[in-house]
Amino acid sequence: MKIIVCIKQVPDTTEIRLNPETGTMIREGVPSIMNPDDKSGLEVALSLKDQWGAHVTVLTMGPPQADDILREAYAMGVDRAIHLTDRKFAGADTLATSQAIAGAIKQLEYDLIITGRQAIDGDTAQVGPQIAELLDIPQVTYVEQITKDGNQFTIKRKNEAGYQMLQVSSPCLITVLSSANEPRYMTVSGILNAYKKEVDLWGFDQINVAEEHLGLKGSPTRVVKSFTKGAKAMAQMHEVDTDKAVEIIVEKLKEKFII
Amino acid sequence: MELSNYKDIFVFVEQRDREIQNVSYELISKARELAEKNNEQVVAVLLGYQMDAQLETLIHYGADRVLYASNSELDQYQTEPYAQAFTQIVNTYKPAVVLIGATTIGRDLAPRLSARIKTGLTADCTSLEMSDEGDLLMTRPAFGGNLMATIMCKEHRPQMSTVRPGVMIKGEKDKTRTGVIESVEIQFDPSKFKVKLLETVKEAKKLVDITKAKVLVSGGRGVGTTEGFEQLYALADTLGAEVSSSRAMVDAGVISHDRQVGQTGKTVRPDLYFAMGISGAVQHVAGMEESDYIIAINKDSDAPIFQTADLGIVGDVNKIVPLLNEALKKERAKRSE
Repeated sequence: MKIIVCIKQVPDTTEIRLNPETGTMIREGVPSIMNPDDKSGLEVALSLKDQWGAHVTVLTMGPPQADDILREAYAMGVDRAIHLTDRKFAGADTLATSQAIAGAIKQLEYDLIITGRQAIDGDTAQVGPQIAELLDIPQVTYVEQITKDGNQFTIKRKNEAGYQMLQVSSPCLITVLSSANEPRYMTVSGILNAYKKEVDLWGFDQINVAEEHLGLKGSPTRVVKSFTKGAKAMAQMHEVDTDKAVEIIVEKLKEKFII
Repeated sequence: MELSNYKDIFVFVEQRDREIQNVSYELISKARELAEKNNEQVVAVLLGYQMDAQLETLIHYGADRVLYASNSELDQYQTEPYAQAFTQIVNTYKPAVVLIGATTIGRDLAPRLSARIKTGLTADCTSLEMSDEGDLLMTRPAFGGNLMATIMCKEHRPQMSTVRPGVMIKGEKDKTRTGVIESVEIQFDPSKFKVKLLETVKEAKKLVDITKAKVLVSGGRGVGTTEGFEQLYALADTLGAEVSSSRAMVDAGVISHDRQVGQTGKTVRPDLYFAMGISGAVQHVAGMEESDYIIAINKDSDAPIFQTADLGIVGDVNKIVPLLNEALKKERAKRSE
């Protein structure tokens, strides 16, 4: 079985803070991490490999520093890493990103493609299904569990009210939820060896996709403005003992609300 | 692409078990507003099976026209039959805008469609505005809600956007409204139907809908434990409120995901929101900042939640909550005397 896992390096958005005076985003010192849903997707691939045997390739698109998450994937146990990087991919929206990634995947053999449900920097959940469409293969999103059954996969897909059990033949693409598993740690020998391994650097010349479909040029959407919501007036603050605090809240509820 | 051939605001009507979901009415109300701007129509697109009796309701909520594709393949949502049906409708009717609910169905369908039609899609919009030129200004949060971005799709049609449930406000039903209902025949290619639905399971749990609560008592890391949450439930009981939480408590297994407020949970706008021991990460604030009145209790006087709250109390939430509950019960007793 050949599995391709798409991963993305993202800023750890839980560490981003807004400057309370100016309302602007503080980007300094925010660590870059492997996107959590993608990491769970990688764990799904490695578990399938443990159980059934598989060749696992990780693929990322991003600037040179995204090499870090490919090394991390090596240390977790993947067999091959591909880094898609080219100035011609820059400024891509989700569709142009999917074009580049689907173009790269078309150069490879696969039975299963795994992505995270969504990345924490954009939260769009679009790239997985768009890759599936461009490859003309079926997709299952919001996956919490997958088992292999001959040439078929049985998949648990979460929804608002519970879940669905679905059956799909390979090749297919799934998008995985963080709740699917606890990703394994890197092994010590894995970490030691990770930087000795080859990462394939692929650019525009390797993927056979017309330039007009890539990067900013290939992006139907454009960000025309970005802004922070700015600083709102601070709450009316009380730093008092517990009894006084209760009194203040009760008074406020009487004044405004239900009691 | 001749952009002027594309007109009207289309809404994907989401149904589950043949019941139209609230988010669709919310989107129809928004579409109504967008359509007025340049004198366009609101078109509701319902893919389903044996739902004829519900079509008028879509008109009562603001649709001018309902396109209804009734087929057993469309009875329950599945990616490929729905993608084929909607693609055919887009190609035939050429909408300027397509709005889809950002649910587990909409967020599965919309990107598949956008890649098939080769147009732009903007996810989880929190604000939509129409320009005089017919371009849609789609505003959405990024970087976990730290940044807002306004996005346009000027050269491609339709302009597609998803919106989470509870973000737009459902308008009033007007039973005197009239409109046109049209049946659509879909030509399917079943050779592409490769996913088989084995089973749909509804998880047995007490269904709570925190988006409908008038008062929410919401707990975070500062509450910390199941015991702490029991105090919140007791307080909620006195107030006739529901209990909700931040993501940290869901991840810790203290409370179920359906009670989570925020970027990856639900968007709420109650009359009164208690943020109990919630630090106020932007991801959380994104889901509750529209609440009418916010009371925050936190040990840390620098907690960002105080920038969003109206009333801020610096103190130990686990000490204050039981006492507050007792005080409120006494108030109640006084009233009923």
